[in-house]
Amino acid sequence: MTEITMPKLGESVTEGTIENWLVKVGDRVSEYDPVCEVNTAKVTAEVPSVHDGVITEILAAEGETVDVGAPIYKIDIDGGADGKPAAKEVFETAENKTEEEGVRSNKPDVKAQPAGRRLSPVVMRLIGEHGIDIEELEGTGFNGRITKKDVEKYLAEGPIKQPDQAVNPPAAEKERPAVSERESSVKSGESIKVSGVRKEIAKRMVQSKTEIPHAWLMMEVDATNLVNLRNKHKARFKEQEGYNLTFFSFFVKAVSEVLKDYPILNSSWDGDTITVHDDINLSIAVANEDKLFVPVIKNADERSLTGIAKSISTLAHKARSNQLTGDDMAGGTFTVNNTGAFGSIQSMGIINQPQVAILQVESIVKKPVFIGDMLAARHMVNLCLSIDHRVLDGLVAGQFLKAVKEKIENLNPDADSVY
Amino acid sequence: MAKLSYLDAIRDALFVAMEQDDNVFVLGEDVGKKGGVFKVTEGLQEKFGEMRVLDTPLAESNIVGTSVGAAMMGKRPVAEIQFAEYILPAVNQILNEAAKVRYRSDNDWNAPMVIRAPFGGGIHGALYHSQSIESIFVSTPGLKVVVPSTPADAKGLLMAAIKDNDPVLFFEHKKAYRLLKGEVPEGDYTIPLGKADVKREGDDITVITYGLCVNYAMQAAEQLSKEGYEAEILDLRTLYPLDKEAIIKAASKTGKVLLVTEDNLEGSLISEVSAIIGENCLYDLDAPIMRLAGPDVPSMPYAPPMEDYFMMNPDKIYNKMLELSEY
Repeated sequence: MTEITMPKLGESVTEGTIENWLVKVGDRVSEYDPVCEVNTAKVTAEVPSVHDGVITEILAAEGETVDVGAPIYKIDIDGGADGKPAAKEVFETAENKTEEEGVRSNKPDVKAQPAGRRLSPVVMRLIGEHGIDIEELEGTGFNGRITKKDVEKYLAEGPIKQPDQAVNPPAAEKERPAVSERESSVKSGESIKVSGVRKEIAKRMVQSKTEIPHAWLMMEVDATNLVNLRNKHKARFKEQEGYNLTFFSFFVKAVSEVLKDYPILNSSWDGDTITVHDDINLSIAVANEDKLFVPVIKNADERSLTGIAKSISTLAHKARSNQLTGDDMAGGTFTVNNTGAFGSIQSMGIINQPQVAILQVESIVKKPVFIGDMLAARHMVNLCLSIDHRVLDGLVAGQFLKAVKEKIENLNPDADSVY
Repeated sequence: MAKLSYLDAIRDALFVAMEQDDNVFVLGEDVGKKGGVFKVTEGLQEKFGEMRVLDTPLAESNIVGTSVGAAMMGKRPVAEIQFAEYILPAVNQILNEAAKVRYRSDNDWNAPMVIRAPFGGGIHGALYHSQSIESIFVSTPGLKVVVPSTPADAKGLLMAAIKDNDPVLFFEHKKAYRLLKGEVPEGDYTIPLGKADVKREGDDITVITYGLCVNYAMQAAEQLSKEGYEAEILDLRTLYPLDKEAIIKAASKTGKVLLVTEDNLEGSLISEVSAIIGENCLYDLDAPIMRLAGPDVPSMPYAPPMEDYFMMNPDKIYNKMLELSEY
């Protein structure tokens, strides 16, 4: 019987949540058969079996978050330990790996081992001796390096935010009875375990919302031509291509074209520099019940309308069936969000860091509009743009949005092709 | 206390030492009638006579060899080598004889002698009159190597060197001779050999150096202070044997160490200081140990812009100090 451990599903991944067991105790599996679905901060992946054999015990429940290297199930390998040499080799490698990773995850305190930050020996020693959480330290050295003096200052004066906390307690104490009253008067229902993806979403959202000074603007666009154009081709397109010609595809296409003229919206903020990207990779938000994914249409500017419609269809399908890979979601430079899909007519998007803007395409609504002095029934849609005001100003954002608006309004249902 | 130049302080030390002890005598090229090419020994021959202030032939091995013999017989010779780089013909007498005689004779013999030599550049002296040669001598147990950085230190250390019962090389920075002035205690005044000295207190960075560079580092530190950084400056004073305790203490205090010498970088004395810090202070270091030194070219050039490029100065030290402070 062999214990199988949680695999490392990405460079920086340290834990995974078991989403689903695809096998049960007693099931026979072949090598490479999927055993379970694991959800990490980055991706959801199927974990394949590394052996032929029979599952004898499942050690981690669905919904449980398990450290990389911790055992998740046991398997009785065909032929036992004396089986064919090849199988034994695999078995040994797996075990060695387990050992190694076990050692790694046994390190006492993750906070005391801050990966990825360059700490000098003295800083390392001081935070160890005083049990300091380095996240609370502010680095004043070169490139924000934490210097010995920073640690000494911290030790002498306490964390930077301490004064606030010191002021807060009385207020918090006053509040406490109210909270407990509420607790007793509100009957709590089901408590939902926060999944890895949810945690990651939460972290990113807090970071974006707190770090970026968001500014917001909205333009109303006459989408009547768009509606007519799409209606004209919709049925035949579906028949020929096998997927829908969505309104959203037109907006994504328009954005990818207009970004060429306003490259500053296709950039990222790095503190000291603003990097303008040559590639136009559009992130699109796709919700899957309780999760939000932002897969990327790579080089959207090089694709035809059909190509874009196809990418959207493929990515959305992958997202809904948990098949997106890290690659599918990497490299986005600007986000277009199809909030209209669920009927919203106005929304304020949170920018997807390190991007500098997000465009929300709202629901198309038929309403009376004045054209000159005439009242007409037109299909109207709101385009809502959130911008990072550190990088972009209202002027360029307005020009960009206006250009998208013109692209949509100038579609010609009689002449334009959808191919 | 009188305000003396670095040169006057050295002369004062010689006067006091010769008055105190009849066994002390001075020998070297032009030290007597001329009073030395830099006038360090001016007036000594008039005061103490030709038998205690000897003009010698231009033969350094002879000057040092004579000194070794006289010292072993109970005299306390103070030899002058006119320029430090001229010492090379006498290296055998220094390293093989003077430094090792006590060890070789199992304590039966010793050589209480001092060899004074002006070293260093920045005086348009070019190849034969600008070198730093201390690194040749700082790996021979039995020998002491001393470099003063102030007039008071020059007097106190030279008197201590003359009273020491083993050979001491005493290197005087020739640019410091008339550049540095300061209060110097009168009469008998000694500073213990083998002890480094904190010349300035600070808690942002530590600068460890010796000789004229101490003064340059002090100037740079005042400049740096305006940027809000305070430098601790440790003057090694004795280059061999090194004051390890003081080096470790000073380096550990700030965790950011800059080592400065006018010598060529590779294989210089500060490389050894760096090794001591690396071996003893790893868990107190907050930045890589930085070294600032002359380039690895054969000699100090003559042409002024090229000499400036080679020679240490306060600006160079300041820039490096700031870099380290901001690290």
